[in-house]
Amino acid sequence: MSAARLVERLIQLPLVLFGVSVVVFLMMTLTPGDPVEIMLADQRATEEQAQALRRDLGLDRPLPERYLIFVGNALTGDFGVSFFHRRPVFDVISERLPATIELTLVALLIAVAVAVPLGVAAAVKRDSWLDRALTAAALFGVSLPGFWFGILLILLFAVQLGWFPVGGRIPFDAEVPWVSGFLLVDTLLAGRPDAFLRALSHLALPAITLGLPAAALLARVIRSSMSEVLAADYVLFAEAKGLPRRRVLFLHALKNALIPAVTVLAIEAGSLLGGSMIVETVFGWPGLGRVVVEGIFARNYPLVQAAVLLYAVIYVTLNFGADLLYAALNPKVRL
Amino acid sequence: MSAPLLSVRGLRTVFPTRRGPLAAADGVDFDIAAGEALGVVGESGSGKSVTFLSVLGLIRPPGRVEAGEILFGGRDLRRMPAPELRALRGRMLALAMQDALSALNPSLTIGTQIVETLRAHGIPGDPRAEAVRLLGRVGIPDAARRLGDYPHQFSGGMRQRAMIAISLAARPRLLVADEPTTALDVTIRAQVLYLLDELRVEDGLAVAMITHDLAVVAERCERVMVMYAGQVAETGPTAEVIARPRHPYTRGLMESLPRLDQPDRPLHPIPGQVPDLAAVDAGCRFRNRCALAVAACAAPVPLRDVGAERLSRCIRAEEVS
Ligand SMILES: Nc1ncnc2c1ncn2[C@@H]1O[C@H](COP(=O)(O)OP(=O)(O)OP(=O)(O)O)[C@@H](O)[C@H]1O
Ligand SMILES: [Mg+2]
Repeated sequence: MSAARLVERLIQLPLVLFGVSVVVFLMMTLTPGDPVEIMLADQRATEEQAQALRRDLGLDRPLPERYLIFVGNALTGDFGVSFFHRRPVFDVISERLPATIELTLVALLIAVAVAVPLGVAAAVKRDSWLDRALTAAALFGVSLPGFWFGILLILLFAVQLGWFPVGGRIPFDAEVPWVSGFLLVDTLLAGRPDAFLRALSHLALPAITLGLPAAALLARVIRSSMSEVLAADYVLFAEAKGLPRRRVLFLHALKNALIPAVTVLAIEAGSLLGGSMIVETVFGWPGLGRVVVEGIFARNYPLVQAAVLLYAVIYVTLNFGADLLYAALNPKVRL
Repeated sequence: MSAPLLSVRGLRTVFPTRRGPLAAADGVDFDIAAGEALGVVGESGSGKSVTFLSVLGLIRPPGRVEAGEILFGGRDLRRMPAPELRALRGRMLALAMQDALSALNPSLTIGTQIVETLRAHGIPGDPRAEAVRLLGRVGIPDAARRLGDYPHQFSGGMRQRAMIAISLAARPRLLVADEPTTALDVTIRAQVLYLLDELRVEDGLAVAMITHDLAVVAERCERVMVMYAGQVAETGPTAEVIARPRHPYTRGLMESLPRLDQPDRPLHPIPGQVPDLAAVDAGCRFRNRCALAVAACAAPVPLRDVGAERLSRCIRAEEVS
């Protein structure tokens, strides 16, 4: 990556954040539904009480002023108070974020672990049954709605077979002290392999729900870049040198074939974060995605605004990371 | 003469195409002795590369070697189990390609690409020191410092020489040189060709020199093989073949190629077109472009002995002038 590209990326971040903040602010405030009404729905509140609450939350001020207050506070790291939780948004998000990141990382891991061998095998054995099955599966995986796949998995493996829990993240009796927020790490730090396994069994179905469709897409990308690379002269030359087949495939070919896959992976990581909203809701996974979905329904402006900004930061950062990784893999591109 | 190092008989390599099977090499016979340089010439698409990739067992599916015998040191490479053939590749039979930029892996250093070849064949000694020696031998200055460079950091000529150094790393017995010097400038080309001559004399390296440059063949190759449309048109001692072609195609080819030693000679391209290889019959494949063609040319024409260690696939070989 050139220095110019780096600077471009660094300028891009604040611009993206500004745009996202405007859009999410307008979307939240202009769509019908009043947070105060929702909050007071089952209490017999007077009109005065509602007005007081509205003033309290700063909702009585004009829109531009509300936006400026929001941005001003956000710049100092203050994202306001979650209407519903009555706690700082920052705290709510930091509590929930690790669950989402843990889910996303494991889903990515599943995607890579499934996609790389399948994509390579399909490219090596072009037009074999494996290749055809993969193409069909990829089409299926891309077009399958995530929640539907999740519900199928729950019905089969949780309800019918009882192999995995139906939802949630960890049972009460397996809770461990919070260190990193990642249960797979914290349970091990607490010396509780039993709790680790239970956390893993809770994680399995949602991670598969997220990871498999991503694997299908990634496998197709790897298949096509790998087919292209396998036809390259340098693979023929590597074979002519008498190198072991493993080395030809997994070093000479795969190293080059992964370069385009890295970009796709970063974009997928971003869309997995987005997809996690639905999957977290289906599986009752206490992550950021579910809180955001709840927040949207409850018109919890501060929470949703902060969370969407965070998504934007993560997304831009992932793309930046992809560029760096691309440079690291590709010696022709140097910083 | 003792048994040749490589002896190919009846080689037939086929690619399935939409218009039916295409035999890119069809009944190819030739021999190469240790220490010998065989020039291989013929128009683009005549099957030179396919023939020698078949010898190396590097034809990619769905293409395949359908028939023939490829005897190397007395053993048929076609019957050899894949791991054994792989062990011979690089060690006994090596390939140098036309375009080093595409033949070298862009994301591995030059050093890695030499050292891995040495390791794969268990060459004794320190592989890095050997790599430096090999690069030095092809005239790459300051080789020790350049092992960590990637191919794109080398100049075109250096890259080409580095690729040849890699091909020769495990001291093969036969080098298939598929136009490896076409992209080089005159001095560097001479240097590389000189190195190959040296290895032939000192080491008994056999070279199959695929080229479009008749001057290179005339200067360096004892024998030449002229290919046309997937077949051998003619073979024989180079000087003889050039002075007295025994196939109309050879004569046409020589009149159509520029020669460094006779820059002012007028060029006469061969009229007509190469036949569609997916639609050829059993007769002579050159007859539609041939001034000597007669009705009998539609019958199958074998490669036959025309004296003085020469073979020709023309029924009127003796009348070619
Ligand atoms: N993978 C392939 N699939 C189909 N046809 C092929 C394939 N490889 C080669 N051919 C065909 O085989 C014929 C011979 O090709 P080959 O590469 O051996 O020619 P060549 O004599 O080396 O030519 P050049 O001088 O251009 O290198 C050509 O008609 C080509 O189209
Ligand atoms: Mg060729």
